Amino acid sequence: NRNGWRRSRRSKAKTELSSLSLVSLFSLLFCLQRAMPRDGAVSCIQRSEMIGIGIGELESPPLDSDQVHVLAVDDSLVDRIVIERLLRITSCKVTAVDSGWRALEFLGLQEDKASVEFDRLKVDLIITDYCMPGMTGYELLKKIKESTSFREVPVVIMSSENVLTRIDRCLEEGAEDFLLKPVKLADVKRLRNYLTRDVKVSDGNKRSIPEDVSRFSSPALITSPTPPSSSSITSMESLDSSSLVEFVSSSPPSPVVDDDSLTSSPESLMSPVDSPIDGCRLDVDH
Amino acid sequence: MNTAVARLQRQFQDYIVSLYQQGFLDNQFTELRNLQDEGTPDFVSEVVSLFFDDCAKLIKNMSRSLEQPENVDFKQVDSGVHQLKGSSSSVGARRVKNVCISFKECCDVQNREGCLRCLQQVDYEYKVLKTKLQDLFKLEQRILQAGGTIPQVDI
Repeated sequence: NRNGWRRSRRSKAKTELSSLSLVSLFSLLFCLQRAMPRDGAVSCIQRSEMIGIGIGELESPPLDSDQVHVLAVDDSLVDRIVIERLLRITSCKVTAVDSGWRALEFLGLQEDKASVEFDRLKVDLIITDYCMPGMTGYELLKKIKESTSFREVPVVIMSSENVLTRIDRCLEEGAEDFLLKPVKLADVKRLRNYLTRDVKVSDGNKRSIPEDVSRFSSPALITSPTPPSSSSITSMESLDSSSLVEFVSSSPPSPVVDDDSLTSSPESLMSPVDSPIDGCRLDVDH
Repeated sequence: MNTAVARLQRQFQDYIVSLYQQGFLDNQFTELRNLQDEGTPDFVSEVVSLFFDDCAKLIKNMSRSLEQPENVDFKQVDSGVHQLKGSSSSVGARRVKNVCISFKECCDVQNREGCLRCLQQVDYEYKVLKTKLQDLFKLEQRILQAGGTIPQVDI
C-alpha cells in the first residue's frame, strides 16, 4: 500500500524530462512508420484533453512493436480521459477517438478514405462504448468483424447499462467482453489476459506485458454489476512514456445536445441507427 | 513531526471522509485518486473540471429544451440526462448521478414539471460538489506547500 504521494515540482519536472528524452530516443532509434493517418485526422488537441501526459507533444512517437496498442472509442470526453489513463497505467499505448466513424477512419476501413501508408496498423485491442451517436459500439463491432484486416482483433464493449439482450447481441457478434461502466482498473487489468492469450505474435515480436493482472473469480460475462474493487491498489505501474494520441472529429465535438449536427460523421457513411429495441437513446435529430 | 502538516493532513482526511459519508462521492472517485501519481498530480482535478464543464453545458441545453411547455423535446432531454448520468458515474459524483436516475424517470413519462425540478436539483448538486472539491484540492495544495504528503484514505 502506498504511504502517500510526494508531489514536488522537481519530481514532476524530472518525470517530464525523462519522458521527453525517451520519446526522442524512440524517434531516433526506431524508424518505424508512425501509426497515424496522414490525412490530417489529428485535429487540434485541446489542453484540457492532454491531461496527465506530462509531455507536450501532439504526435505520438512511432509504435514500439513490443507495446500493446489499444484503440479506445467513446463519445464522452470524461470517459475517454479516464479509459485512456486506465490503459496507460497498465502500460498500453492508447489511441482515443470520439466516434465509431473516427475509429474506422483510423483503422483505414472507411471506403472513401485513402488507406494508411503503412503496411499494417498494429492494434491489439479495441474498446468501445456501446451508446454513441451516429454509430453505436455494436455497429462498429460488426464492421470490425466484417473486415479482413481487423476481425481477429479483440473488441470489448463498455456500457453504463446492464442489459442482457445487449450483452448477448454483442457477444454473438464476436465481442470479446462486455464491461459495465464505470470502468475500473481491475477491469482493465483483466483485459490484458486477452492480449497474452489471443494475440498472434509474428516475427518473434516479444510482448513485454506485465503479469500483474487481477485475479478474477467469475467470468466477465456477468449479469450483475462488477463488484467494487478495493479502494487501493498495491502497486502502480510506472507510466509509460508514450504520449496520448487523441483523434477528435474535425467538426466540433458534439454531445448530442448541441444544436449542431450531433454526429461526428457524415451521414452518407452511417449504417442504420441502432434498433429501437435496444433503447440506445443518443440518436436524436435536430 | 511537523504539527502544522499533521493538522492539515488530519483536516484533509476528515473532509474527504465526510464527503463520502454524506454521499457526495462514491468509490469511483477513489478509483480516480488511485490513478493519480507523481507524474500526473493534477489528474483528478482536471477530470472533475471537465466533468463540471460538461454539467454546465448539458444543463444549459436541457433547460432550453424544457423551456417551452408546448414544445418539449424529451428525447433531447433524455439524451442529456443519459450523458450526465454516465459522466457523473465515471467520476464518482454520487449525488449528481442519483438525481439523474429520478430525472430519467420524469423524462420517460414526459413529465415536464418533474424534469424541471430535477434539472434544478442537478444544477444545485453539481455546483455544491464543485465547491466542495475545490476546497478539497486547496487542502491538498496546502499540505504540499507545507512539505507534507497527501494521505491515502481508504474509504
